[in-house]
Amino acid sequence: MAIDQGTTSTRCIVFDQNARLVAVAQREHRQYHPRPGWVEQDAVEIWRNVDRIVPQALRQAGITAEQVVAMGITNQRETFVLWDRHTGVPIGRAIVWEDIRTEDLVAELGKKQGIEEVRDRCGLPLATYFSAPSLRWMLDNVAGLRAKAERGDVLFGTMDTWLIWNLTGGVSGGLHVTDVTNASRTMLMNLSTRQWDPMLLEFFGVPSSMLPEIRPSTEISGVTTRVVPGISITAALGDQHAALFGQTCFEKGSIKGTYGTGGFLLMNTGTELVRSKHGLLTTIGYQIGGEPAYALEGSIAVAGSLVQWFRDNLGLIHSAPEIETLARTVKDNGGCYIVPAFSGLFAPHWLSQARGLVVGLTSYINKGHLARAVLEATGWQTREVVDAMNADLGVPTPVLKVDGGMTADHLLMQFLADVLDIPVMRPLVAETVSLGAAYAAGLAAGYWPDLEGLRRNWHLAARWNPAMDARHREDEYANWKRAVELTFAWARSTPSS
Amino acid sequence: MPGPIQSIERAAAVLRLLARGSGHHGLTEIADSLGLARGTAHGILRTLQRVEFVEQDHTTGRYRLGAALLHLGTSYLDANELRSRSINWADTLAARSGQEVRIGMHHDGAVLVVHHVFRPDDSVQTLGIGAMLPLHATALGKVLLAYDPDLSAAARRRELTSLTRRTITRTQMLERVLTEVRGQGWAGEAEEYMPGEASIAAPIRIPGGLVIGAIGISGAADRLCDSAGRPRATLVRQVVQAAESVTTSLVDEN
Repeated sequence: MAIDQGTTSTRCIVFDQNARLVAVAQREHRQYHPRPGWVEQDAVEIWRNVDRIVPQALRQAGITAEQVVAMGITNQRETFVLWDRHTGVPIGRAIVWEDIRTEDLVAELGKKQGIEEVRDRCGLPLATYFSAPSLRWMLDNVAGLRAKAERGDVLFGTMDTWLIWNLTGGVSGGLHVTDVTNASRTMLMNLSTRQWDPMLLEFFGVPSSMLPEIRPSTEISGVTTRVVPGISITAALGDQHAALFGQTCFEKGSIKGTYGTGGFLLMNTGTELVRSKHGLLTTIGYQIGGEPAYALEGSIAVAGSLVQWFRDNLGLIHSAPEIETLARTVKDNGGCYIVPAFSGLFAPHWLSQARGLVVGLTSYINKGHLARAVLEATGWQTREVVDAMNADLGVPTPVLKVDGGMTADHLLMQFLADVLDIPVMRPLVAETVSLGAAYAAGLAAGYWPDLEGLRRNWHLAARWNPAMDARHREDEYANWKRAVELTFAWARSTPSS
Repeated sequence: MPGPIQSIERAAAVLRLLARGSGHHGLTEIADSLGLARGTAHGILRTLQRVEFVEQDHTTGRYRLGAALLHLGTSYLDANELRSRSINWADTLAARSGQEVRIGMHHDGAVLVVHHVFRPDDSVQTLGIGAMLPLHATALGKVLLAYDPDLSAAARRRELTSLTRRTITRTQMLERVLTEVRGQGWAGEAEEYMPGEASIAAPIRIPGGLVIGAIGISGAADRLCDSAGRPRATLVRQVVQAAESVTTSLVDEN
């Protein structure tokens, strides 16, 4: 059984031994925007949703708690909540990864001494969406919080921690733990020791007494006493890490790409901690037992959301999938490129001032060309990230394993294979995030013998082979790169207000 | 002869009203203009919205004619949208049946494959999206023929190409088979397209019952059929269930 605590909803999914989906229950939770740029969620509402969906999934599957081999938890990363250790009541709402209230604080911290050392220790650049700046903001802005935290009365947790603490008893002996992958997104964990780092805690001014114990992904070792008592919680992983695991990307150099609103690419770098020289993040892929598998991550901020923009803001299509129909009315992009730097460029450029642009317009360009340029933007952004990953690791990856809603776009998947010049493969089980959490949990419980046993469950649903002429590919890539450079120039020439 | 159906007459009046003048009206205006109770008018508008003949402006709440009315004659559902909406059900069908899955729509006198899921045995397979299959010799094609009177009439006028020694080439025979398909709600075929291969398919419908496509499995004839050469009941059930799930998801999201 997997609980997938996502940004917009929480789901409970039951899988059988062949990794086939047996039951799904889901509930959405509210998003709060109390001020511009602030994004919050009610941790109690999320907990109540779990309380409903777990029994619902059991009913749907027609099984009892005793028949559940193990539970794995996966969750939206970086989002966290603080709560009172004695009452279990949250202190304010959970601050979501999308929240940018710490923009000024981050700029200020960026000037502090030791900032290079911070990146070196935690593998992440200083940015608003990692937990530490927002946690610091809470400690600075909630009256009396710091003193309470220092006395040990306040607990911090990413959503995995919050759910595990509640499921295993809450105020009556709940486990206060997290897994390495979630901890690796806080900016407070040292990647080499995989423990909270005193220097990082000092830098962000976070008292260690409020932090959970960091455990390997498959050594959570809790048992539920609430909701449905008696289920072993054996694993926890951040959602993108769970997708890497669910895609069975166990070998060094294997990559998965999840294509939804944004695009998330993770490459397993094995036991080697690779510090990116090409603009990627270093993180932990997963840790089964003693040895962690490290990973490089490159995120594309705008992928499916560019299609949504095309639909909602330009009104050229009625539904997102129609973008493919429109794109197929022309045979190529007609020399048009769209760089969707709506809120800056992420990996591998990291330029927050960059803004999007459409280039190559002539009187020949019609909406079909624009539709192609929209889809191709996701292809080229992927190429940039994969190039960076290959350069960091020194070996080119042989295939890209994909999942997420955009894998239904046949033209895009073929384009990905064409521009990467490697096969693109889609697995039969689309729910790779939940499956990854279930895999980790089942592995810990001995339901599956080893990684090889999991790999046997991975079945190919579709494969796109590269078919683009090499010369054409390189010409197009050069055009894309020029378009990206123009967004830098635009950023430089925009007068700062 | 049954008498005229009042709600259809009223729906026609709503459409005529929206087709003239400003083309944008609120619920009260529409109800008052036609002398209908607000609840009745609302019910009609909601139904027309569901079949996409009417659209509601998100900000003003006013109603106008839907884009679907402008291209009534062309295909109702975009092929890429059908793939996107059915992808999870097609995966589930492949996982359950252990066979490859295709979704087909009619295009230019043939079955256009709009979605394809590999047989989950990790053998080397080629993605067949965009391929064209014969209507009369495949289960997908028989479903499309069975529920489209124009298509089956056209098939009767054309010569039915023989592809194997089992391909149906006589129109009367095909007619009988299509009647059977309509009666049972699914189609089967064994070695009519390729020797040693069989297929089973069922219709995908939109609200109101119109068939817009078909979903089916194909594979080795001895896997798909029993010793008497009949499609296996469990597989038929899985295919019909998948088709119903896709149909439901099309209703839900409209």
